Order: sequence, then C-alpha cells, then structure tokens
Amino acid sequence: MSAVGAGGAGGGRYGSIVDAVGHTPLVEIARMSPLPAVRLFAKLEMTNPTGSVKDRAAKYLVADLERSGRLGPDSILLEPTSGNTGIALAMIARRKGYRIALVMPDNVTPERHQTARLFGAEIIDSPGELGSNGAIALARRLAAEDPRYVMADQYANPANPQAHYETTGPEILEACPEIDAFVAGLGTGGTLTGVGRYFREHKPDVKIYAAEPMPGENVQGLRSLEDGFVPEVFDPSLLDGKYLVSNRDAIVALRELIDREGIFAGPSCGAVLVAAARVALKMGHGTIVALLPDGGWKYLSAGTYDRDLDEMTDDLEGGVHWW
Amino acid sequence: MTVVRIPPVLRASVGGVKEVPVTGSTVGEALAALIERHPNLRDQLMTPDGDLNRFVNVYLDGQDVRYLEALETPVGENDSLVVLPAMAGG
Repeated sequence: MSAVGAGGAGGGRYGSIVDAVGHTPLVEIARMSPLPAVRLFAKLEMTNPTGSVKDRAAKYLVADLERSGRLGPDSILLEPTSGNTGIALAMIARRKGYRIALVMPDNVTPERHQTARLFGAEIIDSPGELGSNGAIALARRLAAEDPRYVMADQYANPANPQAHYETTGPEILEACPEIDAFVAGLGTGGTLTGVGRYFREHKPDVKIYAAEPMPGENVQGLRSLEDGFVPEVFDPSLLDGKYLVSNRDAIVALRELIDREGIFAGPSCGAVLVAAARVALKMGHGTIVALLPDGGWKYLSAGTYDRDLDEMTDDLEGGVHWW
Repeated sequence: MTVVRIPPVLRASVGGVKEVPVTGSTVGEALAALIERHPNLRDQLMTPDGDLNRFVNVYLDGQDVRYLEALETPVGENDSLVVLPAMAGG
C-alpha cells in the first residue's frame, strides 16, 4: 500500500505543535498476524508530538478547561498519571503558558519524570504500591484542599473519549474502511469508549476488544476491593471482549515487533498485539486494527528490550510498566 | 478441581494463600464454592443481588468472563480462574 496523499497520515501543515496532534499513520504489520487470512494493521500513536496517544486526550482536556472558564491566572493544572498523559499535558501547558503539577507513582521509570520536567511540570510522588489508583486518590485529595489546583481528570472528563470519537475513530475508518475489529489497551477507557462509540454509529459490525495489563503483585497494595477503580469515562458495554495479558507475554510480543517489523514500541503495545493475535485466531479471516499507544523510549532504563526475561520477572511484579 | 487465583488484596480473607482449589461447572458455582469456604469474601466479590461486584474482574483463560457468559460461563476441571481488582492506567 502506498502513502496516503497530502494532509493524510503524518502530513499536513500546522500552526503549532498542539495542532499537529493526531494524524498518525496506519501501517500493516503482516508478520505479527498469526493467520495469513487476517490482515493486521497498527495505528502508530508513538508518532504523536510527545510520543503517545495521550496527546489526543490532553489536547481535548485542556481545551475543555479553557472553554468552561476553569483556568484562571493562579490556576495550576493537576493530573494523576503513570506517565504519558502527564507528559502530554505538560507539553500543552508549556505551549499555552499554564502551570502544571503531576501526581505519579514513585516507581515509574525515570524517563517519565525527566520528560515531564523538561516541559516544566512539577512532580508529586504517590505510593508506588498503590499504582495509578493511589495517584488518583492523592490528586483528588489535593484538588479538594487547594482551590488553585484544577484537575483535567482524564478518568472522569468526557473530553477524553470525545478526542477519540472525533479524531482516532474517523482516522481509522478513513484509512481502513474494511476494518472488522479494533483492539486497544484499557487504561482510562478513553480510547476504547471514544472509538467504540464512533464505530457503533458509523460501522456497527466492527468488534471492539480491550487488552488489559496483569497488575504486578507489588502494585496491588489496595486496602480493599473498594479501592478498586472503574474510570467514569469508560463504557464497558461497548466492548465485545477483554483480554488479560501478562507483562512477560507483552514484552515477548514487543521484542517480536521490533525483530519482525522494525517498530520500536512500549510495553502496552505488546499487550495489544497479544490480544490482537487472540482475536485473529477467533476470527479466522478479516481485518484488525490494533492501536499501539506509545514508543519505547521511556522504557529503555528498565531493560525492556534486552534483559533476560527470567531475570526481569521480579521487577515486572514491582513496577508500573504500562501506559 | 478448578483453581481460583486470589489477588493480594483478598489473601487475608483466605488465610494468606495465593490459590484456592474449588469444584463447580460454571464460574458462578466455582465462586459460590469459594465463598462457602471463606464466607467473608461474599461482600467483597458479590453484590447483594448476586452479581459480580463492579470493582472485581474474573478471568477464564485470560478472558474477562463478563464478555463470555458471565457467571454462567462453563469451567473445566483443569481451568484456572483469576480474580483481580479493577485497576486504572494512564
């Protein structure tokens, strides 16, 4: 397949880096399909300005706060994040001139802190053993105590799925009108809910599948199941299936993606590909679009691409390696 | 026997073990057998109406049973069920 014309994936001319969000390429990854009769395409979200799909939600979240008049001269944007959303918000805040603070689990890879800081973000540590759930609880408490904090709130703000309803979904359908199934990772549920809603309206036969990370033993330090968390923006009724993928399987797939297709991606991309392969085997024939959320740069220090897998096993139980 | 894998947050309720063997031909029967042995799990896993608590996910062969046949999903002798709390990302 040749390139789409001017203004298509990766092309175009924009007034600022914020306007360049989205427009990502769709690339066939035939060597990752377990069946020749199933065509597998990857939506390469690592080509967004900060290297992840979260640029889309961040752009819409900040626009929503601006529209609703919640950002004043003393305001500080505040967001709980395991990395990508924080980095995306920090870039947009820098470009637009807002202050920003990010609540992040203290066990994420250092590249995430470094990247967010270079855009001017202040980092507030949350307990790593509570994972993203702990970051959310701490951010909501801080916002309740200090009126200067304004939460974009990717977990509850409908602007998050709206970004995918208005951009990701249409981009996919335009580039791949023959799509039968869509597979993406479940973090906030924004991608799956927005794209799922778009396809329900425009091509209702498309099946929607989620890949979900197996949380490590050491990031499940919840006091009770009531500390569990289902994001408000996530509409589980849009899904046709949800696959749990271990860190180990995700990293094996990730390394295969580099070896076979020359695509350098983050661990959640590996998980999406594991789920996509299961969907492919179930379908037998057809076309799948798998959304690959981010690139691999932020995971290099964890040895994600070269360490012995058995040696990595303990570390995989202890950190937040996804999203 | 079907094995149910217990997440860290629930291990105190089952004497600290990671796995509990149960009998049952569906997910619902397997969970009922688990609750019979460890009654204080009932309020954590199930709603008063007998549905799965929304903060609990149960997986059979890596698939969320809500998208199979939920509590009616058949389980085999050698299957294992994974119980996990809902966790966010982002």
